[in-house]
Amino acid sequence: MSSLAQSQLRETFELNIGPQHPATHGVLRIKVVMDGEYIDRAEPILGYIHRMHEKMGENRTWNQFWPNMGRLDYLSAIAYNHCYAGLMERALGIVVPERAEYIRVITAELNRIQSHLLGFGAYIMDLGGFTPLMYAMDEREQILDLLESVTGSRLTYCYFRFGGVYNDIDDDFITGTRAFLKRFRPQIDLYHKLVTGNVILMDRLIGIGPLSPEICRKYGATGPVLRGSGINFDIRKNEPYSVYPELDFDIPVYHECDSMARYMVRMDEMGQSCRIIEQALNKLPEGPVMAEKVPKALKPPKGDYYYAVEAARGMFSMRTVSDGTNNSYRMRLRSPTYSNVSLFEEASRGMLLSDALAFLGSLDPVIPEMDR
Amino acid sequence: MSGYFKDIVTGLKSLVVGMQITNKEFFTKPITLQYPHQSVKMYPRYRGHIELVKDPETGRNRCICCGMCEKGCPSGCITVKSEKKPGVKGKVLTAYILNFTTCSLCGQCVENCKPEAINFSNEYNLASTRREDYIFDLLQKLHPEGVPEPEVDPELLKKEQEKEEAAKKAAAEKKAAAAKKEAAPKAPAKEGGESKAEEKS
Repeated sequence: MSSLAQSQLRETFELNIGPQHPATHGVLRIKVVMDGEYIDRAEPILGYIHRMHEKMGENRTWNQFWPNMGRLDYLSAIAYNHCYAGLMERALGIVVPERAEYIRVITAELNRIQSHLLGFGAYIMDLGGFTPLMYAMDEREQILDLLESVTGSRLTYCYFRFGGVYNDIDDDFITGTRAFLKRFRPQIDLYHKLVTGNVILMDRLIGIGPLSPEICRKYGATGPVLRGSGINFDIRKNEPYSVYPELDFDIPVYHECDSMARYMVRMDEMGQSCRIIEQALNKLPEGPVMAEKVPKALKPPKGDYYYAVEAARGMFSMRTVSDGTNNSYRMRLRSPTYSNVSLFEEASRGMLLSDALAFLGSLDPVIPEMDR
Repeated sequence: MSGYFKDIVTGLKSLVVGMQITNKEFFTKPITLQYPHQSVKMYPRYRGHIELVKDPETGRNRCICCGMCEKGCPSGCITVKSEKKPGVKGKVLTAYILNFTTCSLCGQCVENCKPEAINFSNEYNLASTRREDYIFDLLQKLHPEGVPEPEVDPELLKKEQEKEEAAKKAAAEKKAAAAKKEAAPKAPAKEGGESKAEEKS
């Protein structure tokens, strides 16, 4: 902290970061009290795109809530689809065919790579480097094309259904995905050569934005933020769902607790997702992609249901209370970015403004999901 | 001081490595498509706005006007208008209005449709500055040259006409009877017994 901040004669001023600022990834507003170039207090102000998704879950029928799942976190929408499908299958006791589960895992992991790619590109752009975004976007387009050929949409997917998936994947998708993996693996090394080894990036990330494991636990941070602080927690391993137990993959964990560690977790996760997709494609069984007995009028028995998945930004979980009618009594969505950003206030105290933006970018926030 | 020179050396090294990659891109083919002149490949599963399916046998839509798409739609953007026409089995679709401004392309309507009468179109060039341009009548879109009249089944028409006539006759008889009944109390008291006997027969 500066000597000015500690003296009696300190003078502070207020500064708004956002809500419309290219470095804030959307409409996040951070009200900062500045002491010279150092942050005295930072307060994230949420709710600029609050759309009452939870209330919509109570007003719409179970099936009508589907399109909302693509509009929470628009970058890893398939993981959110997965959570809702899993939740209702648990409530209704539907057994999903194995092929559908594998398709779900393949598409969800492709979606995760795509999300991390954009996170990587946009993060470097936050720090002032424009070129890596173009490299990231090139690969991301390949994934979007692949996903478009099965799901029909490019961003706000509504692909899963209770008991399976909307339609089957074809051979073009399988060969296309294999070709993509072959092309993408050397590309990760290229990113490391181009970006990670860069001196400017290292200076701006190493040791910046320290997050102790305690503060992560305190605010309930999940995903790459938590794993960058040395805590090995991933829903795919800790509370396995779908066919993840049958696949062999590692959870990258870094103990440096700084922005570089969080960045490296994301980069390594892309490689692990490639491994998952490859294994899932090899193991992909034949068969139907939709369960046979899915009732037309969905009325889950009275009770309280919960399901959690690992989305690209951390743990996403849903809890619903059913009163036996055709819509929910209470729908609760727990989104990862909300807890990841809420620790910003405490962790950014005394930080340089330029470092705080590097730190905020390393949390990789997606605002629609935070506001819900 | 040695740290200063070390920084310069490592900085230059990372610059060279980065520029090597950038320079390589000078010799690769550009991946950008010049959009208005070239366009990207559209996938058959692409979800554009919904459209009515033309039945290749009859050349008409397959809609049975059950309204399941309307009921399943999360945003209530579909309105199905139908009417009963003489000599045609079931209801006849008169307008299928899609308010595309609120549609979220979830596919619930397509999934709910039993006769597979609707499907996703591949249309994506829909730019407009007027909101009204996004309220489509899909029936007009299916038949831009004019909606053909439904095929009339003569047997059904005959049956219906007979039924209608019978109904008319019955209604007329009922009306006459009611009129008579109404007239009866007004009639002179001495003729009361006779009229009652008539009614019984």
